[in-house]
Order: sequence, then C-alpha cells, then structure tokens
Amino acid sequence: MRKEILSMQNIVKAYQMGDEEQIVLKGINLKVYEGEFISVLGPSGSGKSTLMNIIGCLDIPTSGTYILGGRNISNLTEKQLARIRNKEIGFVFQSFQLLPRLTALENVELPLIYARVSPSKRRKRAEELLIKVGLEDKMYHKPTQLSGGQQQRVAIARALANHPTLLLADEPTGALDQKTGKQVMKLFEELNNEGHTIIMITHDSNIAKHARRIVKILDGNLVEGVVENVY
Amino acid sequence: MFIESIKMSWQNISNNKMRSFLTTLGIIIGVTAIISLITIVQGLQTEITSQFAELGAGKIAVQAHGTPLKQGLSDNDMENISKIENVAGVSPNLTFISSAVKDGIVLENVPVEGKNHTFFRYNPKLVSRGRPFNILDMESKNKICIINYAVSQKLFFGEDPIGQTMQIGGTTYEVKGVINEDATSDVMSLMSGTGSDYRIIIPYTTAMGMAGIGSITSFEIYVADTDRTDEVIDETESILNQTFNFKDDSYRIINLDSLLDTMNTMNDMMTAVLAGIASIALLVGGIGIMNMMLVSVSERTTEIGLRKALGAEPVSIQIQFLIESIFLSLLGGFLGLVLGLTISYVACIAIGMTFRISYLAIFLGVGFSAAVGIIFGWAPARKASLLNPIDALRSL
Ligand SMILES: Nc1ncnc2c1ncn2[C@@H]1O[C@H](COP(=O)(O)OP(=O)(O)OP(=O)(O)O)[C@@H](O)[C@H]1O
Ligand SMILES: [Mg+2]
Repeated sequence: MRKEILSMQNIVKAYQMGDEEQIVLKGINLKVYEGEFISVLGPSGSGKSTLMNIIGCLDIPTSGTYILGGRNISNLTEKQLARIRNKEIGFVFQSFQLLPRLTALENVELPLIYARVSPSKRRKRAEELLIKVGLEDKMYHKPTQLSGGQQQRVAIARALANHPTLLLADEPTGALDQKTGKQVMKLFEELNNEGHTIIMITHDSNIAKHARRIVKILDGNLVEGVVENVY
Repeated sequence: MFIESIKMSWQNISNNKMRSFLTTLGIIIGVTAIISLITIVQGLQTEITSQFAELGAGKIAVQAHGTPLKQGLSDNDMENISKIENVAGVSPNLTFISSAVKDGIVLENVPVEGKNHTFFRYNPKLVSRGRPFNILDMESKNKICIINYAVSQKLFFGEDPIGQTMQIGGTTYEVKGVINEDATSDVMSLMSGTGSDYRIIIPYTTAMGMAGIGSITSFEIYVADTDRTDEVIDETESILNQTFNFKDDSYRIINLDSLLDTMNTMNDMMTAVLAGIASIALLVGGIGIMNMMLVSVSERTTEIGLRKALGAEPVSIQIQFLIESIFLSLLGGFLGLVLGLTISYVACIAIGMTFRISYLAIFLGVGFSAAVGIIFGWAPARKASLLNPIDALRSL
C-alpha cells in the first residue's frame, strides 16, 4: 500500500470581511499518497490558492483536521511550521518569486541556508539542482538575465533543494507562453517519474491533463475529476 | 546563518548607498559631536589638572587685608602660622610695581615679587640658572634678585646677567638667578593678573623694607599631608580671627585643591550637558534609522513572505533586519568616530593642547550607535518577522 502523505478532513476556510463572513472552502476532504501528481482545477476565485496555502502550512484552516506526515498541523508552533515548509514542502509560484539581487545559484541556496546546511555543501547541492533543471550554464545569472521558463526552472530547483516530500505549484505555467509552459510541464512529469509527489494548481484543463489525477474545486467543495488519458 | 544575514545587510545597504548615507547622517552627527566634545573637554580637564598640580597642589592661599587698625600680618604672625601642625612652610607674596634700570635702559611697570626661601623650595624648577634664595638671604635682607628671560633679554642682551648688577626702584641689586623660560606663573600672580611679560623676584624681607610695604597681606601655606588640609585651614582661621579681632572680611582663604575639585566638577557637568545635547542628535538619527527600516520592510514585503515560505523562522527574519539596522548605525557610528577624532585633533592643535584619544569617547560613540541600531531597529524587525507570508506573497 502506498504511503499517505497528507489527509484533510472537513477543511473549512472562512474569511471575515467586515461583519460578513465569506466561506471559501466548505469542507474539503482529500488524501494524497506518495508519488501522486495531482492537478487542482477550478475557476478564478474558487479557493485554489487558499487550499494550497493550507496544504503548504502557510495558512491555517478555520476548522477541520489537516494531517501532514502524521502530524496534526493545528497543534504545531510557528517555528515547527517554518521547519516543515523548509524541509518537507517545495513551493513553485506563478510569478517565480526569485530574489532579483541574487544569482540563480544563490536563489537555490536560500532554503538550504534556512536548513543550516554548511556553505560548501549548499553550493554543491545548488549546482546539482541547476544541472538537473538544465541550467548548468546559467548559474551565475541574475533572474533579470533569464527568460521566464529559465526563471521558473530556477524556482523548481529551489523547491527541490531540501528533498521535500511534496512539491506545491500554484499555476506554474501561468506566466509562461505555451511552448515554455510545456517544457516546464515536462520537467514536472520527469520529477514525478522520479518519485516526487506533486500538487499543481491550474485553471487550464490542457495543463491539468499532464497530471495523473485531477480534482476540481466547485463552490468550495472538492470533487474528483476524470482521469483522462494523457500519455 | 549569521554571516548570511550580515552579507544580506551589506548588500541591501550598498544597493541603497545614498539613502543609507542620508539615514546615517543623524548618527554621524551625533557621534561626531559626542566624540569631539568629550575628547576636547577631557583634554582641557587633564591640562587644567596638570597645571594645577604643578602650581597649586597642597597649597592654601591666604589673603589677609586685615582691619584699618591692623593691616596685614607681621613676621611674627607668619611665624605663628608656620608652627601649625602639618604645615610644611609658609611663603608670603609681596608684589609691587617698580622700574628696572641697567646702563640707561629703563623698564617701567615691572612687577616685583618678594618671596622667601620656602617658596623656592616648593618651586624647585623655577630657577633654571644661578641659584634660588636661601634663609641667609632672608635674614640679611640681601639686595639680590632673580629675573625672568624677558627682563634678561632687555637689560642684559647678549650677556650673562648672573653676577651683574641692576637698579630696582633706584636701589642696586645683584642678579643671582634666571627664571626657567617656560615656567608658568604662580597661580596667585596668574589670579592677580599683572599681565606683564617681566618678572623680578627679590627676598621678601628686602621687599618689606621698601617704602609702602610694612606688612604681609598675601601668603601661601604649604601643607605636608594634603588629606588634612581642612585642619590646617581651621587652625589658620582661628589664628587670623584672633589677630584681626574677629572682624568680618578681614581675610580670605582659598584652598587650591578644593578649587581644582570645583573646576573638575564643573567640567564634568559641562561634559554631561554637552553630551546630553549631542544625544538629541543621536535620537533624531535613531528615528531616521527606524524610518528607513520601516520603509525597507514594506519594500521587501514579498521577499519576507517568500523567505518565510522557504522556511525562514520569524526569529531569522527579525535577526536579519536587526543586523541591518545595527550595521547601518554602526556604520554611522564609525564615520562619526573618525570625523569626531579628526575634529578634536584639529581643535587640540588649534588650542595648543596635547591630543589624547579618549577611550571613554570611543566607547560611548560605538556603544551609543550600536544601542541606537538595536533600539530603533527592534520595532521594524519585529514587524517584518510578524508579517503574514500569504499577505506578503499576495502583494506581488
Ligand atoms: N486574506 C483574505 N481576506 C479575505 N478574502 C480572501 C483572502 N484571501 C482570499 N480571499 C478570498 O478567497 C477567495 C478565493 O481566493 P483564492 O486566491 O484562493 O482563489 P483562486 O482559486 O486561487 O483564484 P485564482 O485562480 O484567480 O488564483 C476569493 O474570493 C478571495 O477574495
Ligand atoms: Mg490563485
């Protein structure tokens, strides 16, 4: 039986807007197993990013139980959550979120710094990762000297730095043209084939097809989609 | 981790050179002011203290004008005072203005001081050539004198004055010695302020015999054990009270040691007041730093959010911003230190004072700027550490 990475039970997320309460997630149930590649589909404003923030321990649900790697997230301190984000989760954002003043290499090193990895090991690991994403000749480039696709590959390398158990990508191809978007999706597929568990948010069903499992958020509820044949 | 924070701070500061410089200006001014004020005031204080130690340590100055019936003191009264316990010696001050003549060269308005052998015993470096007066000179009221360099230059130009004669107020005196060229004037003559370049000393007994001077109205008491100066003053007071029949304002006693204490206290107070004023500049500088740090935090909201998403603990974020503000104010402190030392060096040379680096000033300058960095960087750093990563990331 495959190892369960996370399980969500009846996750509710509500935002208080003045005296009006907006319930974005109305009781999400989700189990993710090791090695899965899941696409989360849904219209704009449906709560996809909200869900991903909760999965990534950046946000806390209003109610419900979220178990990640066997721990109940609501019982953890800020410091423990930071450690989980650092070691167990790799984030990939739509707008890449690279620090503009740092080189590609230094950007990839950031999570390793917070994991207190020694400078020499850090450098070695960052180089490995940039080679893996095909940027061996761009290590000392600043983000502004890289194309969008290259920037996103640096961001993916960064997300992989501490061997996370879960890769979270929020519209990773949203800022890319179709061709580079496909290249990035290919990289995700390769990573999934190597055993990485990936949850990817998108509102593009063509992109979603790259995943092996599709879930949809509709009206604050999560429904399993059809696994269409991609390959 | 710590090293990374320092590196990042340095990068952020050097990326905003102009802004960083303007921000640290307040700190620079404050530290410059504190360092130069303290260095200069402390230098002055050391200077004054050493001059006082040279001139007035262990000395009590007495001015005894007396009463209409008894003006000043006689030799006998002086004798009584010198017998007080713990008194090492008594030296009268007689000063009158006279003329000095040699071979037709006339010097008018020359202050002539009558001194005894005790005076020379307590000012051993005063006479650089020739000899000082001894007790025999006093007893036999010798017509001898000791002149200073200015008098020697005028009256004995190009000659050795020792052993030669000159006229003081019409009487012939033999020159026995020359005053050390860089000897500072006696405190009392400094205070009476004759302002003359010329200086002639004759035996006080000789001076007493001259017209118009019948008694001693000013003298100094040399105290053996300075810890018991107060007892000597009490005794002197009781003798003078009896001599002058307890008449008010008949005498005045000045303890030069306590005068020095007073001056030092005044100096310390002045330092404190000036440093207080300078710290206002430092405070303003601190507010400048705080402002810049707040701007920096809001500019880097996304960066902070990202760092948190990548696993930075709130403490790491706080430390990073705190290091940045300490770095910034230490930078200002260092520039202020260099500037302050330069200014005080120039000022010392201008005043003609020896320049001494004051470690207190350096300690205060560096300490204050570090403290400003911590105090005024705290709130912005805390604000950064508490930022919600989602809000921070959403802002892009
Ligand atoms: N901090 C917040 N305060 C109030 N409402 C919020 C907050 N964050 C999100 N929301 C609301 O929650 C809803 C879901 O937002 P979310 O960002 O999760 O949508 P999304 O599915 O990611 O949309 P998109 O595809 O456009 O990225 C939106 O209606 C949004 O207004
Ligand atoms: Mg979204």
